[in-house]
Amino acid sequence: MAKRLIALAAVLVAVSALYMLVDAQGAWSFLLPFRAQKLGAMLLVGTCLSVATVLFQTITANRILTPSVMGFDALYILVLTSVVHLFGSAGFAAIPSVVLFAINVTGMTLLGLLLFTLLRRGARGDMMRLVLTGIILGILLRSITEFLQRMIDPSEFSVVQSISFARFTSVDPKLLALTAAVTVPVLWLAWRMRARLDVLGLGEVPATGLGERPARGQAQALVLICLLVAAATALVGPMSGGGGGPANFFGLIATALAHVLTPTERHSTLIPSAALTGCILLVAGQTVMERFLDLSTPLTVVIELIGGLLFLFLLVKRRRA
Amino acid sequence: MIRIRDVHHAIGKARILHGIDLDIPKGGITALIGPNGAGKSTLLSLVARLAPLKQGEITVETLKIGACSDRDLAKVLAIMAQSTHVSARLRVRELVSFGRYPWHQGRPGAQDRALIEAALERFGLLPIADRFLDEVSGGQRQRAFVAMAFAQDTDYLLLDEPLNNLDIAGARSLMRLLREMADKDGKTIVIVLHDINYASAFADRIVALKDGRVAAQGTPAQIVDTALLRDVFGTDAEVSVIGGRPQVLV
Repeated sequence: MAKRLIALAAVLVAVSALYMLVDAQGAWSFLLPFRAQKLGAMLLVGTCLSVATVLFQTITANRILTPSVMGFDALYILVLTSVVHLFGSAGFAAIPSVVLFAINVTGMTLLGLLLFTLLRRGARGDMMRLVLTGIILGILLRSITEFLQRMIDPSEFSVVQSISFARFTSVDPKLLALTAAVTVPVLWLAWRMRARLDVLGLGEVPATGLGERPARGQAQALVLICLLVAAATALVGPMSGGGGGPANFFGLIATALAHVLTPTERHSTLIPSAALTGCILLVAGQTVMERFLDLSTPLTVVIELIGGLLFLFLLVKRRRA
Repeated sequence: MIRIRDVHHAIGKARILHGIDLDIPKGGITALIGPNGAGKSTLLSLVARLAPLKQGEITVETLKIGACSDRDLAKVLAIMAQSTHVSARLRVRELVSFGRYPWHQGRPGAQDRALIEAALERFGLLPIADRFLDEVSGGQRQRAFVAMAFAQDTDYLLLDEPLNNLDIAGARSLMRLLREMADKDGKTIVIVLHDINYASAFADRIVALKDGRVAAQGTPAQIVDTALLRDVFGTDAEVSVIGGRPQVLV
């Protein structure tokens, strides 16, 4: 397994180098830092979403779920839409990006935690009920968003639409640093949980027998997931296009591929493998989009397309197994 | 010894246990029997801290359930779930390895690996150690879980109706493994059983529960008779003694 991880890391380095160097037009002194910022954003987002998905799939014991069922993306777009609705697109542009980032991260994290604490009390920690409530909540948020969008001025609606998709075309270095400051410690904590996650993956009774309290582990993992997804989404926008489908396909693709490339249930392998796979997907995809297809399609649309097919494949395969 | 004092338990409004007082001595196999809904599994899950203890007191050796650390308890008490379904795709060896987790917390040493191999060999799992759990038979999967509990190296082992999905060969071989663990390794085994005949044939002590109370306890020869079947199970069946062990004729 260690060899495969090294191979994945090598592929990531190669893809990153390709992204940095191919099709250079203009001065290197401008290009390198400019591209490095975007590359940094992609690596950070790829890692955060993949790791969050691994954690989420472990605590829900479900391979086809991703954290976006909790309605994170929907909340992000709702916040943006309400701001544009209230202050107009000029007012929106006047808000410092750092403030907007802070609002988004706190909002999304609080939403996730609120949902969780409410359900812990009501449903005795029933994970499936939590997920189902998250889906319904996501639908509610999306409906409110759509309602608001119907009332906005069409030109301002186009502002909302342009920020409703993840974009790596322009990255604010301040935000990038802020996101790293939030997510790197969280990723470290997730890595420290790796052995406990292995045990939690066995199910409630065996985990309890081995001295791990499932409810506590699930709560801790959920806090980490909320922070990771919130920070990544606040940096680049939602990775599931059009306000999010039933699943965030990016995380789904990354973890499904990681399971194929490094077939193991051990989180000491799975976490880095999913993170590397996610980064490779993003960087390679963005290179193709930017350099060869002239940005004619947003990357998220392609991810949705591939992810949708993969989602169906996983469903059918599970049925047969 | 497992000491259970004045334990009451309710699920919602339904009261399941009404003041259980019970001492389970160290060593040997103790079987919990009783009709459906008597509270056997509930009692076992309270000892195993699978359900929160609300009223009463349970101690395992010196550890008080609800107050002691989960990790300390996991070194003294192993539990085996009713269902052996695991959603993670694991190999037999990987599952057995988890038994050492309470001792090494994710960093297995040479001694842990040696104990895992010993457990695999002891339970005849070496030939299938690298097969996935969903590729082996129900009996083999059950045995892998027992091996995991064995690798956990605890003095106590709790099992909740482990014979449920096993055929007669699997059930007998599992009970014989448990018997051997009690006799050779000095383990204390507490097992919830549906079938009185298995309890009578393999257990040292039987505790019969009815309506959330202890109805009878003692050795199989002392308590398994037509009166027990009538009073506790509400059925009149004949009991015949075979090889010193009473067996119910069904």
